[in-house]
Amino acid sequence: MSFLVDNFTLLRDGFLTTLSLALLSGLLALLLGTVLAAMRVSPVLALRGLATFYVEAFRNTPLTVIFFFLVFGIVYIDLQFPTKFVAAVAALSLYTAAFVCEAVRSGINSVSTGQAEAARALGLDFRQSLTTIVLPQAFRTVIPPLGNVWIALAKNTSIAAGFAVTDLTAVLSRLANANGDQILAVFAAVVAAYLIITLSSAWGFSVLERKLAIVR
Amino acid sequence: MTDVQTGDPLVRLSGVNKWFGSLHVLQDVDLTIDRGEVVVVIGPSGSGKSTLCRTINRLESIEQGEITIDGVKLPEEGKALAALRSDVGMVFQSFNLFAHKTILENVTLGPVKVRGKSKAEAEKRARELLDRVGVGHQADKVPAQLSGGQQQRVAIARALAMDPKVMLFDEPTSALDPEMINEVLEVMVSLARDGMTMVVVTHEMGFARRAANRVVFMDAGRIVEASDPETFFTAPSSDRAKDFLSKILNH
Ligand SMILES: Nc1ncnc2c1ncn2[C@@H]1O[C@H](COP(=O)(O)OP(=O)(O)O)[C@@H](O)[C@H]1O
Ligand SMILES: [Mg+2]
Repeated sequence: MSFLVDNFTLLRDGFLTTLSLALLSGLLALLLGTVLAAMRVSPVLALRGLATFYVEAFRNTPLTVIFFFLVFGIVYIDLQFPTKFVAAVAALSLYTAAFVCEAVRSGINSVSTGQAEAARALGLDFRQSLTTIVLPQAFRTVIPPLGNVWIALAKNTSIAAGFAVTDLTAVLSRLANANGDQILAVFAAVVAAYLIITLSSAWGFSVLERKLAIVR
Repeated sequence: MTDVQTGDPLVRLSGVNKWFGSLHVLQDVDLTIDRGEVVVVIGPSGSGKSTLCRTINRLESIEQGEITIDGVKLPEEGKALAALRSDVGMVFQSFNLFAHKTILENVTLGPVKVRGKSKAEAEKRARELLDRVGVGHQADKVPAQLSGGQQQRVAIARALAMDPKVMLFDEPTSALDPEMINEVLEVMVSLARDGMTMVVVTHEMGFARRAANRVVFMDAGRIVEASDPETFFTAPSSDRAKDFLSKILNH
């Protein structure tokens, strides 16, 4: 126990890094994914095509490869992210946005076409009917799948450990290497820290789902 | 009522043709609706009545022909089309009230978002309209808490809130339990009396007799005949209309 107390600062910083990676990437992925979903249902063929290409490209590429590209690959085209942390956020959000897009799109498709038709018949344009009528109803139905995307993202942050970001997983490997005799305590502490993030958000998502349910 | 062609055309369809893939749903449709006129569209299921209705606000596009409203050709897309739609009210068979909004919000949404009215102004007018259709006391509920008849009357109020030039009704009472049909028809009859221009797809002969200036009979994508309601129901000229009427009268 005293071992964990001694390394509390390290564990706490790792936890906060993991948490901020997940929160920042989650927020950006939610924004980008929603825009992509709107593109995928838009009447403009070019936008639909672009969004479809994006989703297929990022959904079918291993996240580690995306990390590699954003950390090392872009150096060859004279680009570089200011820090490894920023590169990790970029990789995680670009990747996760593809999954958010598909979840939101399935939500959009679950809203009956009559809702959008009624909106258009009133004179709302595509953007207005999407933002005021379709998306608010779509989001309510996609809270459970978005919850799954979020939990996957929280765990995927651990890939950043391989790219010089000191997150929970990086702390785990550092402590485990230095203290072989304490390995079980180290694992228990790190797993508990991940569980704090995933379990509390699973609970949060189910509260949100109940709060926002529409009477039909 | 007699055929009061005022000679002041508001909606004009000329040479309209539409296909769904290889299905020729609208065939050489010509129809002119005058200001203040009430036209009932009747015909067998699948004859193209809904499609005809939906081309008038371009929820369905057409491949050939021209549709004008108040002398303006229907824009193909974008802001101009949205603006035109705001002048054409539509009432759907399945009501299509916005499920996540209250009754009041359903009626204020268009005026606020499209017409740029203030919230207070839109609410005042919405409450008047909801009172007019008899659901004023339900303003703060959500659609699912209302009966079908009440929902459809809200849908009419929602369309009226835009002060439309013409209103389209696509089988507004077909999804209703029999005891709720009249409360909706009464609202529609009173609209007709007040001079609203209306296109109504319905098989309610009582409504046609009380409120329509003209009955248009469609079959297989064509307008087969058009006459005043009395003539149509008592002495239809086409065999297809006779056949159709004998079926709906006997059921
Ligand atoms: N979106 C669509 N795609 C393909 N076929 C359609 C579509 N909508 C309607 N149809 C077909 O067009 C014909 C006319 O339909 P509709 O206008 O709904 O007839 P009605 O309202 O008179 O029953 C029917 O055969 C119907 O199956
Ligand atoms: Mg129909």
